[in-house]
Amino acid sequence: MSRATMSLPARPRVILPSITLRRSRDEWALGGAMLIGLLALLAAVAAPLYALLSKSLQNRAGDFIGLENFIAYANTPSLVASIGNSLTIALLSTVIVITLAFVAAYSLTRTRLPGKGAFRMALAAPILAPSLLPAISLVYLFGNQGVIKTWLLGESIYGPIGIVIGSCFWTFPHALMILVTALSNTDGRLYESASALGASPIRTFFTVTLPGAKYGLISAAFVVFTLVITDFGVPKVIGGQYNMLATDIYKQVIGQQNFQMGAVVSVILLLPAILTFLADRWAQRRQSAALTSKAAPWAPPCRPWADRGCTLFMLLLTATILGVIAMAIYASLVTFWPYNLSLSLKNYQFDLMDGGGWEAYWNSIRMATYTAFFGAIFIFFNAYLVEKLQGFRPLRALFHFIAILPLAVPGMALGLAYIFFFNAPSNPLNGLYATMAILVICTIAHFYTVCHLTAVTALKQIDPEFEAVSASLKAPQLLTFWRVSLPVCLPAVLEIGGYLFVNAMTTVSAVIFLYSHNTMLASVSVLNMDDAGDIAPAAAMAVMIMLTCLVAKLLQWLLGGLLLRRTQKWRCA
Amino acid sequence: MTLKYLLKRVSVLAGAALCSLAAQAATTELTVYTAIEAEDLKKYAARFNEEHPDIKINWVRDSTGIITAKLLAEKENPQADVVWGLAATSLMLLNDEGMLQSYKPKGYDALSPKFRDNNAAPVWTGMDAWMAAVCFNTVEAEKLNLPKPTSWKDLTKPEYQGHIIMPNPNSSGTGFLDVSSWLQMFGEERGWQYMSDLHQNISRYTHSGSKPCKMAAAGETPIGISFAFRAAKSKKDGAPLDIIFPQEGLGWDMEATAIVKGSKKMDAAQTLVDWTVSRKANETYNEGYAVVAMPGVAKPVQYFPENAEALMIDNNFTWAAANRERILAEWQKRFDGKSEAK
Repeated sequence: MSRATMSLPARPRVILPSITLRRSRDEWALGGAMLIGLLALLAAVAAPLYALLSKSLQNRAGDFIGLENFIAYANTPSLVASIGNSLTIALLSTVIVITLAFVAAYSLTRTRLPGKGAFRMALAAPILAPSLLPAISLVYLFGNQGVIKTWLLGESIYGPIGIVIGSCFWTFPHALMILVTALSNTDGRLYESASALGASPIRTFFTVTLPGAKYGLISAAFVVFTLVITDFGVPKVIGGQYNMLATDIYKQVIGQQNFQMGAVVSVILLLPAILTFLADRWAQRRQSAALTSKAAPWAPPCRPWADRGCTLFMLLLTATILGVIAMAIYASLVTFWPYNLSLSLKNYQFDLMDGGGWEAYWNSIRMATYTAFFGAIFIFFNAYLVEKLQGFRPLRALFHFIAILPLAVPGMALGLAYIFFFNAPSNPLNGLYATMAILVICTIAHFYTVCHLTAVTALKQIDPEFEAVSASLKAPQLLTFWRVSLPVCLPAVLEIGGYLFVNAMTTVSAVIFLYSHNTMLASVSVLNMDDAGDIAPAAAMAVMIMLTCLVAKLLQWLLGGLLLRRTQKWRCA
Repeated sequence: MTLKYLLKRVSVLAGAALCSLAAQAATTELTVYTAIEAEDLKKYAARFNEEHPDIKINWVRDSTGIITAKLLAEKENPQADVVWGLAATSLMLLNDEGMLQSYKPKGYDALSPKFRDNNAAPVWTGMDAWMAAVCFNTVEAEKLNLPKPTSWKDLTKPEYQGHIIMPNPNSSGTGFLDVSSWLQMFGEERGWQYMSDLHQNISRYTHSGSKPCKMAAAGETPIGISFAFRAAKSKKDGAPLDIIFPQEGLGWDMEATAIVKGSKKMDAAQTLVDWTVSRKANETYNEGYAVVAMPGVAKPVQYFPENAEALMIDNNFTWAAANRERILAEWQKRFDGKSEAK
């Protein structure tokens, strides 16, 4: 590579052959890197899943029995009814979340909304806390003793209504993250042309803004749909007896130790992921880069009505989200809800309770830091290769598909799959079992998809011409990555790191099977304390986790701000 | 730096290294899986270490369902040395998979036969009983004008309609314990009839066995079918609860102990299991549980009835284990399918 570059001034006439030589070497090197990435992803996602899902074709003794489990499943009416329930809840939640998140993302990126930073912070809040926290506060708000239970007009929170509210609450930041990325890079020239051609603002919205964000919208919709359909936390706590696919897995695996039937339900849950993949391919073909190399930066014009409307909307949305969280903070301070409402800080003395105490808290911070650091690097670099590498089409498609899979795997299934795969005596990797490393790997795998999609969404907005230009300038592609793609996408990379950190702090479903005696986690101890009836201390630990995530997010934005000022001057020009 | 000084430093270092090696040799670390309440873990380990300071217990604790699933999933390469404090029904399941090592601990014969695996080569030993109870919130009941029930039959009266919560037996061991006890007490036919009547009054089924009592404690429901240990704890925390032990009899399970087959620390594991059936261990269990495995040890525990042991039904664990799948499928067909309609 270096020889080819160095030879450039000496023999300017042989540019053509030297380009092919350089490009192919460059490609091979990056292709090799991608192959390593793919193998890692196979070991962290595909192989464990196979270890679990193959059980759907076996009986309890482990003999192959074909589709018998699936037939038994289809003949159990209450299990089949779960499919309809799950689809209804997931569709409803997706429509609500995408609508709200799109308006919010639009307000944040395309209007002159005051205090954007504060709004972003507040709207990300639901992702900062373990899912038990909104569940506790929904019960305190709308339960039979709830302070505003009349708002439900006599309907019970324990059922579909509660599941939809709870699901919307916790999936909202996921959708927001993708949509903000999708809307933040745009080409000012398009808007100039639109206004020069006399298009009305509404027409401009539908012909420029919306198509530009189409890829992000479709990704976000599928992400929310799949997150809701695979989540068991909300339906378990607040769903009462409303059966859904994810709670069926819980019943089969935890209630009855029937791994085979649990695997059957997991296979059914994979269908949305395959749909996501197909829809993604379809959307990709129709997406053109918004940020071409000739793009001009765009600043929101002054539109008093739109700005005011968006401000009002954002105030309402933020108030709702903060209200739910405030209720949970209150819950952590109350002595005994609802009969002794005096406030105290005694619930924060975790070493007096059990469930891991402060040690679990520090373990969680270590785990989250490793996950954010290694995860963001691995995910972004590989997303870059998937998006910008020439050739290796089947390899890239396979990588993309496996990157989308984890989204559709309920955490519980992933955790079990990790036991089956990594604990097998024949697996050379079994030394990882019961260590901190496996918690980190599992968490990166668990949250891979949203990060991958965010990275891809950001990268898609960079014109491939950058690569073409750098190739013709004989710069190695890695250099283009380092000089152009990485700096341009830096907000997205930091966002991915922050996202991984907070999810690692709050996740329960997969790691609950994988922690060991010296790697107890704070999020698991929240669940255990709640299980032991210590609701207020559980809420207190959840609040601690939330504050930690808040600090991490602040650091992320501070760091982002510093780096942005150095690398993203073109944005504010 | 003189040679003498250097030598001194080296010898100090070597000595330190030797000491730490010796310390390591002296302590055996046992990985113990458990579902015991988290607050009891430190106490149990400390009492054991008073007599056996050379064995360090590394606890892995979670709820019964998770720990059982984890143990089964690790079958090919077990990580646990000992299971101390898991439902006997779960241990029987593990034994069916051939995962447990038979061992007859010293002092085995001193345990009440109810708490023993009465096989020639016993595999598990019981610790304490863990029995059903009904949590009754007096404040909410007064608001709704509900009389206090005293029997299982009372719970089917129409005035309780929509006021009772119980665990789903398909998700929760406590739920199954209730269902299995009703079938054993009332007989199959009348048992199912009883559950149909009860179903009319149930507002919903939960996934966790402690949840119904927690919800009763928080006033979310006036009546929650749960288990006694949780009920006593909520009452101690200040919940306005009456704990009802229905007079027909109580379903129960026991917390039990066993050695995992393939443990590389068999000596230490046996030492631990010997201790878990000792008098001192039983006295420790008695601090939270009214009925323990060693006869004559138990003193009354706050909020538990004095005749707790007499209320426990003659639970046929073998029958329950053998019929579990059939019972759960039948339950699901009868009650789970139409749960939406409510």
